[in-house]
Amino acid sequence: MRIPPRASRPLVCAVAAATALGLGACNRSSDTDAGGTGGGDAAVGVVLITKDSTNPFFVAMQEGAKADATKNNVKLTIASGKQEGDDQGQITAIEDAIARGDKGILITPMSTGVNAAIKKAREAGLFVIALDTPPDPVDTVDITFATDNRDAGKRIGQWAAGQVAGKPATIALIDLFSDKIVSVDYNRDQGFLEGMGIDVKDGKKNGDEAPTGKYTAGGGGDYTIVCNEAGNGEEAGGRTAMEKCLAKNPGINVVYTINEPTAVGANAALKAAGKTATIVSVDGGCDGVTSVKSGVIGATAQQYPLKMATMGMEAIAKIARGGEKPKTTEGLDFFDTGVALVTDKPAEGVESITSDEGSKICWGK
Amino acid sequence: MSTTEVTSASAEFARRQQSPVQRLQHQLHGKPWMSPLFLLLVSFLVFFILTPTFLTANSMGILLQQTAVVAALAVGQTLVILTAGIDLSVGAIMVLSMMVMATLARDDGMPGILALLIGVALATGAGMLNGLLVTRINLPPFIVTLGTLSIFTAIALLYSGGSSIQADRMPDTLNFLGEGFGIGQFRLTWGIVVVILLYAVIGFVLSQTAWGRYVYAVGDDAESARLSGVPSMRILLGVYTVAGLIYGIAAWILIGRAGAATPNAAPDANLASITAVVIGGTSLFGGRGRLIGTLIGALIVQTFAFGLSQMGVDQQWRVLATGVLVIVAVAIDQWIRKVKA
Repeated sequence: MRIPPRASRPLVCAVAAATALGLGACNRSSDTDAGGTGGGDAAVGVVLITKDSTNPFFVAMQEGAKADATKNNVKLTIASGKQEGDDQGQITAIEDAIARGDKGILITPMSTGVNAAIKKAREAGLFVIALDTPPDPVDTVDITFATDNRDAGKRIGQWAAGQVAGKPATIALIDLFSDKIVSVDYNRDQGFLEGMGIDVKDGKKNGDEAPTGKYTAGGGGDYTIVCNEAGNGEEAGGRTAMEKCLAKNPGINVVYTINEPTAVGANAALKAAGKTATIVSVDGGCDGVTSVKSGVIGATAQQYPLKMATMGMEAIAKIARGGEKPKTTEGLDFFDTGVALVTDKPAEGVESITSDEGSKICWGK
Repeated sequence: MSTTEVTSASAEFARRQQSPVQRLQHQLHGKPWMSPLFLLLVSFLVFFILTPTFLTANSMGILLQQTAVVAALAVGQTLVILTAGIDLSVGAIMVLSMMVMATLARDDGMPGILALLIGVALATGAGMLNGLLVTRINLPPFIVTLGTLSIFTAIALLYSGGSSIQADRMPDTLNFLGEGFGIGQFRLTWGIVVVILLYAVIGFVLSQTAWGRYVYAVGDDAESARLSGVPSMRILLGVYTVAGLIYGIAAWILIGRAGAATPNAAPDANLASITAVVIGGTSLFGGRGRLIGTLIGALIVQTFAFGLSQMGVDQQWRVLATGVLVIVAVAIDQWIRKVKA
């Protein structure tokens, strides 16, 4: 393309940049304003990078952060991967945040694949907070704000054992993935089994438990684990997984599910087969709480994504304005944003709130 | 193609003959990659005006780094599309090759260079399999690669057991293309150098060798090419095989970029590579297009994504912009070709 003699400077720069030459000439004075002045009144740039933009859990985070941004004088950018496993999408969002001159990153890390990019961001002076999913290793980020998934699992396990109360427990486990290992997956699953008082062998591995044996919680009794199926965290996957489990053993009476959409799918499979079972889950989204109210789900451990996002954002805004850094919860390597067991059938010795109480503080629409 | 001077036309046409738009149309018509370049420059200008962090040395380096993987894949995709085919298994071959490289060399199970060669050879074989199915069994490329997309994706998951492999468990050879160098804030990776070499070599082959001319001929009309002595089937098989080789090289670039080998990485690589080719002015009907256009096409998509992100625009709008770009780019292309009328 021939450049006309009267081409404006930006165009020349653009051409130069396109050919990766003479970039120095294009730097404008405003580019150098990126360095923070520590002024309390300047808007603080923060990016929230979730795994995807469709999971109601992440949508709740985005909504919560958006609603809270103005109050904290934060210039918030929302980004996410395309889907589970899209490390590239998150890496790109991290690089963009560095280039934009943001002060901090809130991220639900997809996998260890994003660690290098997070390291780059921290080297560039950004404060990085992981939400919901602690990275591996934990010190990849400055701090993690998350649910204690092990604790969430234990609570639904104790409650389930209380429901079976000494009778034989025939258990179906519907996990998140079969093709990769993520901490949320084994912490909830293994936590559930620990809550029931079942020996989990390797506590970071789903499905290595003895298929039959004794559970000790809620009075104790015999258990049979029928299956570990992956439902990918959504309804259709949950249904397919439950159908497979029922084909193996139609006598299932306890169903653990990784989250409520999975539970709804599992319930549909049970209904179609004309069976009933006690379904437990984790998440506490508003739809999930409704499922508890209607009796589809027996109990769910509610978590608080809005709190994760808003507290994270407030923390970054505070640090950017010269304040204190947040600290981890006593005895944990992350900041625990808490869980509550939501059920309308309280079990002996397990603390819980009703579905009505849960619906007041649930996330999602 | 020559720009024929149109002299006899309607009065209205004659009046517009002198307009700058008309002149531009003429200029652009001579070179199919001109309109995407024009689009790229316009987008640079727009983002330069709209956001202070866009046109900085640091940002330009990042932009190129973000474009590298798709730009590499799109070289292979261009070859296939030039022959009037389409390759939906691009990303799957890349990821399979990446998982094999990473797994073989994990904790130095074998020297990095050997694992790399095996990974690239495997990708080449995978491309060859596509080529054999297209040429020997005479199946449409769309169907073949739709099938192999699932096959290679599944093999990658089965082979890797679904777990990712971290950069620190791989030898330096595999991570090398993620290493950077640069002047001040302007950082490039060796991966970008490899991409530039890919474009130079394949670009040369396409434009300067008999094989390159055959590729265009087969894409234009396979039957008449065959009748005029072009070994169509051999050319097609070669195209898919070379494409596989390129996806293997892209796998190496991806490892360096991601800092890990993940079996479900790059979920949109297949469509992203097709998008780059189409925006770059290569015809989906085969036989028309330039490799340089593809590079520009990949840069346009990434420029919009990056520019909008620098403005703090929500991600869904960036995806929407990509869709609009595809349609606008092809529409501009059609408008330019009207000049022939």
